[in-house]
Amino acid sequence: MVKRFPAAVFLALSFGAFLAATASHWDTVPARDHARTNPLAGKPETAVAGALLYREHCQQCHAADAQGDGQKKPSLRTASVRGATDGDLEWFLRQGDLKHGMPSWSNLPQAQRWQIIAYLRSLP
Amino acid sequence: MLLLASHRLRLAAFLLLLFVSLPFRGTAQDKPYFVTYSHDLEEPGNLEVETKSAIARPEHGHHFGALATELEYGARAWWTTELYLDGQTTGGQSTLFTGFRWENRFRPLMHEYAVNPVLYVEFENISAADKNVLEVVGHDVESDLDVPNAVARAEHQHEGELKLILSSNVHDWNISENFISEKNLGHAPWEFGYAVAVAHPLRAASSGRECTLCAEKFIAGLEAYGGLGDTWDLSLRQTSHYLAPVVGWQLPAHMRLSFSPSLGMTRSSMDQFYRVGFAYEFSDIDNKLLGHKRKGKVW
Ligand code: HEC
Repeated sequence: MVKRFPAAVFLALSFGAFLAATASHWDTVPARDHARTNPLAGKPETAVAGALLYREHCQQCHAADAQGDGQKKPSLRTASVRGATDGDLEWFLRQGDLKHGMPSWSNLPQAQRWQIIAYLRSLP
Repeated sequence: MLLLASHRLRLAAFLLLLFVSLPFRGTAQDKPYFVTYSHDLEEPGNLEVETKSAIARPEHGHHFGALATELEYGARAWWTTELYLDGQTTGGQSTLFTGFRWENRFRPLMHEYAVNPVLYVEFENISAADKNVLEVVGHDVESDLDVPNAVARAEHQHEGELKLILSSNVHDWNISENFISEKNLGHAPWEFGYAVAVAHPLRAASSGRECTLCAEKFIAGLEAYGGLGDTWDLSLRQTSHYLAPVVGWQLPAHMRLSFSPSLGMTRSSMDQFYRVGFAYEFSDIDNKLLGHKRKGKVW
C-alpha cells in the first residue's frame, strides 16, 4: 500500500498535467455564451465585412492566411477553432487572453465581432 | 459650491440633448476622449503617435495653443507605456517646451468584467507654463493660465500622479470613470480630480465597404472633468469643471482624427477651448524595427 503511494501520486500528477495541456479556452465559456448563435450568419456580406475587419484588427498577429506566426500567435484554421461554437468565439474575443498576448476585443461593437466570426467560419 | 452660469448650462443641456438624439445605429473603435481613459490599452507591439492640441483664449490672458505629442506603446496586452512631450505658444509672449510625462497603465485582471479596473501611474516633469489641460485637479483655475511664460517657465513641477480607471463596454457604449490624485513631489498637498465619459459609434456593423466618410468610421461621446480640491482644502470652492462633446473619425491607413470643444461650467473655468487630436498607429513595431520575429517571446 505504502509502496504504491508514489505511483498513485505520479499518475494523478501526470493526469493533471495532461488535462491542463488539453484544456482549451472553450472549457471555461459560461453555458449561456456557449449556446449563442451568430445572428448575422448566413448572409454572404457578413463574412465580406468580417474579412475587412480581420485585416484591420487580427492580421498583424494571426497572419493574412490566419495560419498564425508559428510561435505564440496561433493559427485560427485549426480543429480547436472549428470545434468551438460561435458563442465560444464571441465570448473569447470579448475576453481576450491578456496574459498570453491576445487583446480583448470588447471595444469592438458586438455586430463586428459576429462579422469576424462569420469570416473565420468561411476559412477553408 | 458650483456657480453655474445659466447660459452655459443651457448650452450644455442642448449639447447633451443633441448627443442623446444622434441616430446611433452602431461604430469606430478607438475612444475619442482627450482627458478620460477607458480600459482600452495599446495592442502589444504597436506604437501610436498622437498629437493633442488645445487652443484657447482665457478671459484675461493671451490666446495660446498647446501641443502634447504622445508616444504610446503596447508593452504587453495588459501594460501600455506612454511618453508625452509638451509645449505651448502664447500670443505676444513665446513658444516653449514645457516638459515631459511618462505614464504607465496596467490591467490587473486578465479578463473582461462588467467594470474593468486599470491602474495608472505617472511621473511628470513640467513647468507651470504647461497649458495642455490634459487633466484638471485640485483648485486649478483659469487665472493659472494668465501667468506670463517668462514667470511660469521658471517654476518646475516634479509630480507623481495615480489614477484609478474604471471602464465598461455595455451594448456598444463605453462608460469610463477616472479618479485622479496628483502630488507635487515638493511640499504640496495631494490634489484630486475626476473625469467621466461615454462614447458610442455612429454605426455598429461594418458595411464591408472600404469607405472613409461613412457612419461606421465615427464615434461620438461626451466627457466631463474637473478638480475636487486638495488635502489642504477638500472642497469644490474655486475649482474648474468642463463638459466636452467629443467626436472621433477613423481615417484610412491607421490614422485617426478627433475634435472636442470644452465648455467651462464654473466661474473659475475657462469659458471654452478647443482640442484637436491626430493619431497614427504603427502596428507590430518591434518586429518591424528588429526585422525578425521575437522567437519564443512570452507576452
Ligand atoms: C497582438 C496580437 C494579437 C492580435 C491583434 C489578435 N490576436 Fe488572437 N491571439 C493572440 C495570441 C498570442 C493568442 C494565443 C493566446 C493563448 O495562448 O491563450 C491568440 C488566440 C486567439 C484565438 C484562440 C485560438 C485557439 O485555438 O485557442 C482566437 C480565436 C483568436 N486569437 C482570434 C483573434 C481575432 C479574431 C483577432 C482580431 C479581432 C485577434 N485574435 C487579434 C494574439 C493576437
